[in-house]
Amino acid sequence: MEYINLVFEEVYKILFLLVPVLVSVAMIVWLDRRVWAFVQKRQGPNVVGPFGLLQSLADALKYIFKEIIIPASSNKIIFILAPIITMTLALIAWAVIPFGEGQVLANINVGILYIFAVSSLGVYGIIMGGWASNSKYPFLGSIRSAAQMVSYEVSIGIIIINVLLCVGSLNLSDIVLAQQNIWFIIPLFPMFVIFFISALAETNRPPFDLPEAEAELVAGYQTEYSGMMYAMFWLGEYANILLMCALGSILFLGGWLSPIDIYPFNLIPGAIWLILKILLLFILFALVKAVVPRYRYDQLMRLGWKIFLPFSLTYVVLTASYLFYFNLLPTL
Amino acid sequence: MLAHAIFFYVFSIIAVISAIMVTVSKNTVHSVFFLILDFISISCLFIMIGAEFLGMIMLIVYVGAVAVLFLFVVMMLNVAQQKNQWFNSEATSSGHIPVGLIISTIIFFELIIVVGGWKYKPELSDQNTTQISNEISNTHSLGQILYTDYIHIFQISGMILLIAMIGAIVLTYRRREGVKTQSYLKQISRERSEGIEVLEVQSNKGVKIDD
Repeated sequence: MEYINLVFEEVYKILFLLVPVLVSVAMIVWLDRRVWAFVQKRQGPNVVGPFGLLQSLADALKYIFKEIIIPASSNKIIFILAPIITMTLALIAWAVIPFGEGQVLANINVGILYIFAVSSLGVYGIIMGGWASNSKYPFLGSIRSAAQMVSYEVSIGIIIINVLLCVGSLNLSDIVLAQQNIWFIIPLFPMFVIFFISALAETNRPPFDLPEAEAELVAGYQTEYSGMMYAMFWLGEYANILLMCALGSILFLGGWLSPIDIYPFNLIPGAIWLILKILLLFILFALVKAVVPRYRYDQLMRLGWKIFLPFSLTYVVLTASYLFYFNLLPTL
Repeated sequence: MLAHAIFFYVFSIIAVISAIMVTVSKNTVHSVFFLILDFISISCLFIMIGAEFLGMIMLIVYVGAVAVLFLFVVMMLNVAQQKNQWFNSEATSSGHIPVGLIISTIIFFELIIVVGGWKYKPELSDQNTTQISNEISNTHSLGQILYTDYIHIFQISGMILLIAMIGAIVLTYRRREGVKTQSYLKQISRERSEGIEVLEVQSNKGVKIDD
């Protein structure tokens, strides 16, 4: 009996985390389209609900009632598994995101590695979708995206090492608490910029959305998908983007900490601050999508391997030597 | 404790079955997917015995990078439809079996040596400097051993990996002739005066452009 209660409690907690995440994914799609429209002097979705806020729900309803078409020559099991894997991976990573001191579903010691591992698994959804479709555009798109995600993971990993050097712990709550005096965006500003760009590439956002470059590859790995399966890819993608924004705000913008630790600001709960920071980063993501033209593929690879990797490695050496020389290395 | 046992058996059964499926399955791409499943369940087992760092690194390195490259190669070489010859008729019996047997025997004896009590630096293991305590996290204690007692082994393995990497680059690198490359610096530093020339063109005469 006790056991069942425990399970129910966990399920309740998980739902309490995942339902808001899914709702905010729907809202964030609306925000993305509105920001995009704002830059281009259009209205954007403004018909369904107040300010068009319910547009995503209407879209989701449409996807649910559409037919799921499975190509005859596809590999059916893998074809169906691909969107499920994308979606699941995008959601399970939220388990370790801390929304306040102690307000975290799983406060594990290797939180940052967990997020890194889950986001590196994200590439499988795309490869499986592309391969199982048994069609040339999805296959090309998935190969591109595999190469792209593997390359940019390397630079994200090295950026994370920079932060970890300053913290001395892999626990996400510890990373936030280490920023009580100064947010890491100030000493590690170049790393923040590189993290932002790598996050764009990692989540296949414009200007790095080559896996689904519609001018060349129709829709990349999503070409053969329809109905709810397409919607799951799309939800997973946006959940991943939100996750990257959350990771950026935890690593560099002080997570749930308020910008200034004085009276009216510390009354606001930490979760609100974290959400505000995530929104700020997301609006930057959306602005980049509206402003910057798409990269060419060889330029993308060159940027990842020849510029970001050496630069962030050098910065690791610099950070480590600085911390060592001034005796600032974190102790146990 | 019961839940722990259930999870242990679930993960180990998945690991064993998927390891068998890697060799048995007909489609090479399916084999790679089973290999990935195997990696994932083994990293779950690592996490269950408290080696969380090792489990995560296993996920990141093997599943996130190595298996992606495997999948890449298998898909690009288009060996997906090649028939697996292990359980086929005697006519197509393959030459892989002896090699496989030799490798598995070597691995078997290595495992026996390790399990049988051979120790690198026995005085270290006997002193038991590696106490497991709840105050120090898994990652910290690993780092404390790796960068003190085992620093030379650690550095040497790093050097071997570096040499392997350089070797791979040297082996595959070739200078190709007649490839047109773009100089980014040149493209960026182009001025309008170099790109455009304004000419007075007279009617019916035209101009001569020298390029």
